[in-house]
Amino acid sequence: MDLIFQGLGEAASRLVSLDPDVRDATSAALVVSGIATLLSVATGVPAGAWLGLSRFRGRKLLLSLVNTGMGLPPVVVGLFVAVLVWRSGPLGSLDWYCTRQAMVVAQYVLAAPTVVGLTAIAIQSVDPMLGLQLAGLGATRGQTLGILVREARLPILTAAMAGFGAVISEIGASLMVGCNIKGDTRILTTAIALDTSKGEFGSAFALAFILLLLVFAVNAVTTWAQQRRRPL
Amino acid sequence: MIRAFAIFLVCALVACGSPTQRTVDRPEVLLATTTSFQDSGLLDVVAADFQKHTPYRLRATAVGTGAALAIGARGDADVVFVHAAKEELAYMQQGNGDRRLLVMHNDFVLVGPPGDPAHVRGKNIFDAFRAIAASRATFISRGDKSGTDIFEKDLWKQTGIAPAGPWYVEAATGMGQTLTIASEKRAYTLSDRGTFLARRSQIEVDILVQRDPPLINVYHVITVNARKFPNVNAAGANAFADYLVSAETQRLIASFGVDKYGEPLFFPDAGKNDADVR
Repeated sequence: MDLIFQGLGEAASRLVSLDPDVRDATSAALVVSGIATLLSVATGVPAGAWLGLSRFRGRKLLLSLVNTGMGLPPVVVGLFVAVLVWRSGPLGSLDWYCTRQAMVVAQYVLAAPTVVGLTAIAIQSVDPMLGLQLAGLGATRGQTLGILVREARLPILTAAMAGFGAVISEIGASLMVGCNIKGDTRILTTAIALDTSKGEFGSAFALAFILLLLVFAVNAVTTWAQQRRRPL
Repeated sequence: MIRAFAIFLVCALVACGSPTQRTVDRPEVLLATTTSFQDSGLLDVVAADFQKHTPYRLRATAVGTGAALAIGARGDADVVFVHAAKEELAYMQQGNGDRRLLVMHNDFVLVGPPGDPAHVRGKNIFDAFRAIAASRATFISRGDKSGTDIFEKDLWKQTGIAPAGPWYVEAATGMGQTLTIASEKRAYTLSDRGTFLARRSQIEVDILVQRDPPLINVYHVITVNARKFPNVNAAGANAFADYLVSAETQRLIASFGVDKYGEPLFFPDAGKNDADVR
């Protein structure tokens, strides 16, 4: 019990003094997970919208594959990405092992299915008459898609937040491909694990506190988006 | 706006503005090394110092000696820094290494519950292992093919005992975690001195056997063979190996941890023969 209070005390002082290690791990986590989430939104929202609106053979299979992707075990993704970016692997010439780029790739693979899957659901839940109406008014397919996405923007924001929430607290893949390098690829989760194994609980608690704060912020945005939509 | 964001993206990824003194063709040196090097904190210190004194930047992955040698054997790293003499020699024989240099040593300690139910205190390590096996006292093994794990398994072999049964627990985790498990389960385990000193205040295990010659743990740096793996950054690997055995780095190693633990964690050995260290 002493350890917890001692840890919390040290955590507070490290947060107040903006400890450089804590600052570096926080900014690295935000940069890597932020970029991975942005990339998943940029590619996942159009893909999800298309998947939500289209009707074709094999669509259900594709959707269930996407839904499976939402539960991809991070260590499995880490293993595959590591094998890809090792110098002996197919992407070896990029020399991305132990870099932020490799972490972005791994986190993208983890976040994208969530964004695609939730966007597809969001688009499908928009009133189906709207699509017919737009078609009747002579909207092109692209215009229809754009309007439907705007209509479903809050659930899509929820999808993005779910993707970010998943990767910011992920450790397995990031550790395997990023290598936990101080001041570079050391993010909140990998720093917490390392500090705990080194017995530096104060620093671990400080980082854990920031991570919890971030997860809370994500959920606050999600809740706001969901509650706001209800009156419709 | 979009352009500003794109610039930010590129900067964030390639870490703009990182200082480099002289320029070299390939500044990134990929090191595969052991968890004890990272868990002790020495890796972070060495990486920062190496970057300060050379135009190179260290990219290190701490995975355990077995995995580090496997990574080196595929040419996926430029240089490895490990501690398992037999495996290292096999690695050299397979032509995977170029230079292999003695850098430093530390030592292992047998730790266990202060009550010492198997009565091993003060014995030599082989008699202590025999006593633990005979009394079936719980022993936590790393079980992760790390250098420490390989070292421990080798000690059992030299004792002539094949440890098995419910008393022999394979934790498959890092040293710090293994010490916590040993403390919680009132069990024995073999630890490197550095990790034990770092965790001493939080766990209830004592050193029971130490300063026995078989417990010396020697670290070598091995540059990956660039003739076999042409993609290797040979210049960077050699720079790191030379850096580790330089007089200045050896002094850094000797003083590391003294302020925090009152005694050094590692002992510099550059230039010595393997036989002199034992």
